[in-house]
Amino acid sequence: MAEAQAGAAHAEQETTRRDFIYIAAGSVAAVGAAATIWPFVAQMNPAADTRALSTTEVDLTAIEIGQQIKAMWQGKPVFVRHRTAAEIASAQRDDFANLKDPQSDAERLVQADGQAGRPEWLILQANCTHLGCVPTFVEGSSFGGWFCPCHGSDYDTSGRIRRGPAPRNLDVAPYVYLSDTSIRIG
Amino acid sequence: MKIHGHSTYEPQSGFTRWLDKRLPIVRLTHDSFVAYPTPRNLNYWWTFGAMLALCLVVQIVTGIVLAMHYIPHVDFAFASVQRIERDIPYGWLIQNMHAVGASMFFLAVYIHMFRGLYYGSYKAPRELLWILGCLIYALMVATAFLGYTLPWGQMSFWGATVITNILGALPLVGESIQVWIRGGGAIDQPTLNRFFSLHYLLPFVIAGVVALHIWALHEAGQNNPTGVDVKKKEDTVPFTPHATLKDLFATSLFVILFAVFIFYMPDALGHADNFIPANPLQTPPEIVPEWYLLPFYAILRAFDFNIGPIDSKLAGVLAMFASIGILFVLPWLDTSRVRSMRYRPIARQFFIIFVVVCVVLGWCGGQNPGRILVPATFSATLNWTQGGQVIEQPVTSQGAAQWDEAEQAARASLTEQGAGMTAVQRAGADRGTATGVIGGAVQTRTVTAHSVDELEAQINGVTEEVGQSAPFFQVERRIPFTFTVTTLSQIMTAYYFLFFLIILPILGLRETPGRVPDTIAKPVIGGEEAGAS
Repeated sequence: MAEAQAGAAHAEQETTRRDFIYIAAGSVAAVGAAATIWPFVAQMNPAADTRALSTTEVDLTAIEIGQQIKAMWQGKPVFVRHRTAAEIASAQRDDFANLKDPQSDAERLVQADGQAGRPEWLILQANCTHLGCVPTFVEGSSFGGWFCPCHGSDYDTSGRIRRGPAPRNLDVAPYVYLSDTSIRIG
Repeated sequence: MKIHGHSTYEPQSGFTRWLDKRLPIVRLTHDSFVAYPTPRNLNYWWTFGAMLALCLVVQIVTGIVLAMHYIPHVDFAFASVQRIERDIPYGWLIQNMHAVGASMFFLAVYIHMFRGLYYGSYKAPRELLWILGCLIYALMVATAFLGYTLPWGQMSFWGATVITNILGALPLVGESIQVWIRGGGAIDQPTLNRFFSLHYLLPFVIAGVVALHIWALHEAGQNNPTGVDVKKKEDTVPFTPHATLKDLFATSLFVILFAVFIFYMPDALGHADNFIPANPLQTPPEIVPEWYLLPFYAILRAFDFNIGPIDSKLAGVLAMFASIGILFVLPWLDTSRVRSMRYRPIARQFFIIFVVVCVVLGWCGGQNPGRILVPATFSATLNWTQGGQVIEQPVTSQGAAQWDEAEQAARASLTEQGAGMTAVQRAGADRGTATGVIGGAVQTRTVTAHSVDELEAQINGVTEEVGQSAPFFQVERRIPFTFTVTTLSQIMTAYYFLFFLIILPILGLRETPGRVPDTIAKPVIGGEEAGAS
């Protein structure tokens, strides 16, 4: 009797209880599958302790004029450069040169909190914006700045791209002055 | 068409009869590798499948052993590989087998793929067989890349950095994917750990796809050098002993080559820089992948120009993935109904060029992209004024927008005062200094060089020589078109894609195939069994 009714309902293309159950069960299964896959995908994102390494403090007293150090920040090198007067002058003079990624030297010194930086300290992420190599200082650079040995990107004393395949200027590392002689990156 | 109909296996002993009723595994093996009918005209290009099976087994067995001694930690990975090489009993042998094995695997797979291309083994009814093969190849590339990171040398580290940076070029999701794959902002411990895990996993996935590949092969039957379907039983011979022995002989030669590398030049195919422990603070002078990925690296770097909204970096990435992706749709790109290029005289010539192009791309991938292949002369003319009286005046404008006007006005005013040459140095958005020189002798010098860097050095040399007393330099650079490794890569990349997208589809419709010889078209061998093909 019940079967006959179901058969009749099917023949008339009516929605049956069974259709509803199929769709409901399928939807729940899909949500369940997604909820199961989610943690397995998300586990590959940076772990809490990796994220905790997100700031680095640098003492500036040890860096003489004309020197630069590479600090590690989030596993990546950061240039902390104590610029000479000549480098600062050259960087400011080129503010109006023909730049691929136009930016003034002053804009590149701005701290993470929006306050102006100091021209003698330039804090840059040390990875070439092309494919991530670490550029060398002066050696090979026609602009007195950094030169990437991998594919020949040439940066000036403000870390702006002047020649070569890199699409952007060297990224400025987010930093703030904690005091006159120390900064925090990140 | 299928020739192998019914199974010819007959269990001989009581145990095999018992087994055959419950798990007919001996029957399956017999039908697949003993009685399986194989075309009698197969040549030696058909023996590479056996070598590839051997390679996969070698890589898995040696890899499992290496994993017993390897430590996936940034501080110990490099040292643990050195320990395997020096201290573990026979570690040197097993490590070399694994490292050289990767190269041998790719050598064999490339020949296997070119074989498939030449004899049209991707055409109906073998499309899925071909696609499964492409999938195996893609998995091999991924596995090799992951494995190359594990020794944690300079090339391991920087190769992984460059490749994960490439993923960052994808729009919108690129950066998230990059961080997700690395497990942090840079290549570090989490990356090494997961790469090790995945490097261990993927070979078993490959083994699974290989099983499907062989299944599909045995369903469609093997292609053969004529590309003409096997028509009846007499066109085939049983797999054992005919194919088995032929494969064994060819594989023996392959193993000899393998052994020559393992015992005499185990590091010849690797890069010397990978014997320097990974250092995130210093980039090696050049970053190159292993030889078997060089053609794709060349395609990646060929795009040094933007295509509309797609910047050069993304274009390179897309082209690199497309160069492998295009293989998957090849069965529908080649419109020719003739399988074997033996009977496609024009296609054969394009195919030979294609093979050469792939080799040249490989060469390009290993070169410095800026290397100039055809010598060109770069020159520059420098003009300056010697002596004379220098006059100076400040320039100010209302704002940055009016700067050009102010500059013109300052120059005009200096010229009015009798200045022969003028120069303006900008010091800020709306201020600067204009200088002019009255009188003096105009000097000209031309310098020539063989590269841009050399030219700039020459110009700097002249600047220093003349000194600050004559600041009125006008440098006119003449940079000619230069034919570099990048230019060559661009031409080769264009052919690579044209071959698949234009040549094969159009040629297949227009080409007149060569005549199939009577010896193939008409059976001349009777029903009796002949010797091995």
